[in-house]
Amino acid sequence: MNDDVQRFLDRLSERSAQRGDEPTWIAARRQAGAARFEAMGFPHRRVEAWKYTDVRDIARTDFALTDDAEFSPAAAAALTLPLDAHRLTFVDGVFAPALSDLGNLPAGVQVLPLSQALEENHEAVGGPLGRLTGVDFSAFAALNTAFFEEGALVRLAPRTVVDKPIVLQFLSRAGEQPVMSHPRILVEAGGRSQATLIEHHAGEEGAANFTNLVEEIILDRGAILTHYKLQEAPLKDRHIASIQVEQGRDSRYTSFNLNLGGGLVRNDVVSDLNGEGAEATLHGLFYGQGRQHVDNHTEVNHNAPHTRSSENYKGILDDRAHGVFNGRVVVKRDSQKIESEQSNANLLLSDRAEVDTKPELEIYADDVKCAHGATTGQLDEEAVYALRARGIDEQTARGLLTLAFAGEVMELVDLDAVAERVELTVAGKLPERFNLAGLVEAAAALNED
Amino acid sequence: MASQEMEQLVRREYKEGFVTDIESDTVPPGLDENTIAFISKKKGEPEWMLEWRLQAYHQWLKMTPPSWAHLDYPPIDYQAISYYSAPKRDEDKPQSLDEVDPKLLETYEKLGIPLHERAALAGVAVDAVFDSVSVTTTFKEKLHEAGVIFCSISEAIRDYPELVKQYLGSVVPQGDNYFTALNSAVFTDGSFVFVPEDVTCPMELSTYFRINAANTGQFERTLIVCESRAQVSYLEGCTAPQRDENQLHAAVVELVALEDASIKYSTVQNWYPGDEDGKGGIYNFVTKRGDCRGDRSHISWTQVETGSAITWKYPSCVLRGKDSVGEFYSVAVTNGRQQADTGTKMIHIGEGSRSTIVSKGISAGRSEQSYRGLVKVGPRAKGARNYTQCDSLLIGDTCGAHTFPYQEIGNSTATVEHEATTSKIGEDQLFYCQSRGLSEEDAVNMIVNGFCKDVFQELPMEFAVEAEALLNVTLEGAVG
Repeated sequence: MNDDVQRFLDRLSERSAQRGDEPTWIAARRQAGAARFEAMGFPHRRVEAWKYTDVRDIARTDFALTDDAEFSPAAAAALTLPLDAHRLTFVDGVFAPALSDLGNLPAGVQVLPLSQALEENHEAVGGPLGRLTGVDFSAFAALNTAFFEEGALVRLAPRTVVDKPIVLQFLSRAGEQPVMSHPRILVEAGGRSQATLIEHHAGEEGAANFTNLVEEIILDRGAILTHYKLQEAPLKDRHIASIQVEQGRDSRYTSFNLNLGGGLVRNDVVSDLNGEGAEATLHGLFYGQGRQHVDNHTEVNHNAPHTRSSENYKGILDDRAHGVFNGRVVVKRDSQKIESEQSNANLLLSDRAEVDTKPELEIYADDVKCAHGATTGQLDEEAVYALRARGIDEQTARGLLTLAFAGEVMELVDLDAVAERVELTVAGKLPERFNLAGLVEAAAALNED
Repeated sequence: MASQEMEQLVRREYKEGFVTDIESDTVPPGLDENTIAFISKKKGEPEWMLEWRLQAYHQWLKMTPPSWAHLDYPPIDYQAISYYSAPKRDEDKPQSLDEVDPKLLETYEKLGIPLHERAALAGVAVDAVFDSVSVTTTFKEKLHEAGVIFCSISEAIRDYPELVKQYLGSVVPQGDNYFTALNSAVFTDGSFVFVPEDVTCPMELSTYFRINAANTGQFERTLIVCESRAQVSYLEGCTAPQRDENQLHAAVVELVALEDASIKYSTVQNWYPGDEDGKGGIYNFVTKRGDCRGDRSHISWTQVETGSAITWKYPSCVLRGKDSVGEFYSVAVTNGRQQADTGTKMIHIGEGSRSTIVSKGISAGRSEQSYRGLVKVGPRAKGARNYTQCDSLLIGDTCGAHTFPYQEIGNSTATVEHEATTSKIGEDQLFYCQSRGLSEEDAVNMIVNGFCKDVFQELPMEFAVEAEALLNVTLEGAVG
């Protein structure tokens, strides 16, 4: 066996020794996770799903585990989204009650740290946990199953509508030794319930930790969930997320997968449309600069007839950043009357940036309307010309159009706090040559017109 | 005829089957260094060629067959294949059309193939049917006048060793993949075309006209070189179903285009697709690659793929030259139990290189079809441009159509577009045609032909007409 895998397994046995007794089913799952991880090892680039993403940086780093959740309240406040919300905060994966605020949760709504939920009633939580994203999902999901301790449980009783967004905030600290965390999120939305979930990843500059997230979302008949994943982790953080959604009849799942931070980022979003009339809408935006590596894999499985999916991912890549998009749509045999649309557009701002995209279709039924498209290129020169004709200098025009490119995703965001945060961050990331000061002026002038 | 007899006739197995001919100079099945030495000796090859083959063989031994394609077939026993059999003598061939499978003849009839050609295609001894010498002689004279070399690869190794040495394996190296290594070790025949500087080949070249083309073998090796400002159009295969005794085909085609040169390579592939359960069909593992070595060079692949049980084929262009152009136009039709995993690779290296990909896939019956393509733009390919369109048409609810397009873009000035759609024939389109008196089958044929028009336009005239007929025959019985 490989030394890297062994190092992680050693950490696991150390941890188990500290932890003391656990319910047998948890211990058994950990063991299964460890065994699967040991068998698979870290994925390498000869594996098709990891062809463009090298995880050696994670494998070779010695990550510690932490138990304290101290974070300066002032610093946390600066990172927190200015939103009236039910909020759980985790620092390096550890629940931070001082930074959390659940307020008055409506009846029928449960939002709990996973450790607390397990303590209160581990049997009820244990059933669905790991049912969707099991140890076979990937080596990282197996690793999470071996290590998981904390995370969040969100449960909505049938017909409940949650008034305010539910925010799960993950903060990463800068420290001498990088740490790892393996949070697990479980969302169970009962029939016709409705909620907005915001998952927010941020942290201190200079942090270089590893977050290995597993998220399982179960939407019962007619449930509606809008899921924002705003990932603006520090630029050296490693972030792996395995998200799986199971959709019942007539349910709606809308995802905004917004990736602005992180040094090595990989998101796997899988949606299983299991009930007739279910619909998944996946939006994505990623911005890479420096040597950032952002990999988004999505998969939509049309397992039932009359299901719909649409997907739109946009990427902006500068410097030596590397972007990856792999969108897969599978239409199962006998899943007739399917509509599926998928598009991925990428903008390269530098000659050293690279993007690899693969929109895949796998279709086994005939009464379907499926289309996908991918484009990579630069700004539309005619649009640049049109702005210049209105007295805006070339660099400002390019800056504005780059913002507008991201804006096509952001204009669909209902929550102003999220949209503003992303737009400002994107504006702040644009290369200096795009004349930022002039940009603000130009935007103001355009608004006045 | 009683319907039972009719049934029997239709279900009748491919009579010519895959029989091994026991002739004195056929090597026993199996592959080792001796087999390769035997082939090389039979072909009267120089020492360096044998070494080249052995080099490939040693690489092949260390390789494993690719498993990434969306194909499902039992493992191939490479030791059960006979790698060399001498061309058949005329007396062993069917002596007249009467001895040929009537089903084959029926298909020829539907395709409208002229009588005298049918015999040649069915493998009837040529001399007994028509004298091809006169045609070929005029043909050869014309080419000779122009300075074009067109011969079998074996002749080329003997007569133009320097040219072969220079270009063979320079586009597709021996160890490029499992099947190229195998082909490099054991290839027995194929074509060699060399068009010297400033020459436009006076006619379209076709394997069909080459002497000895009747037995091109299962490991075909083709090499086409166009010097600066030269031009050639090459046609491979033909629309008629070809009789073939070899189940495994692993061909390699290499194209080299120097400055301002232009090569157009058109293929119509209609090998035996197997019986209703997909048994006995041809396995076709082909590596085709064109190298646009010179500035402003141009390589165009056009293919109509309707045959074979398994197709594994990705004609590619390496766009090395500045402003070079690569094109790929493809129609692939699968019916019955056929499986095809096909597409192209466009590797943009040179500044201003451009490529176009148009792929039309039609799946019917219980077939599975995948488009797999790669567009790669290197950091030096400033202003590179690609446009890709791949559409799939599904006929029936038991087939599959898949798309796996890879884009790897490493240059900010590149523009790459990919579009794909998958749908079935619109009910309203069918209704419209039928309300104007077309039968359902004719309506489907018309719609399908319209769907493929962008590609058929790229085919040489006479090929295009045959291809349309071929499409209709292949899809027969898929509707209704």
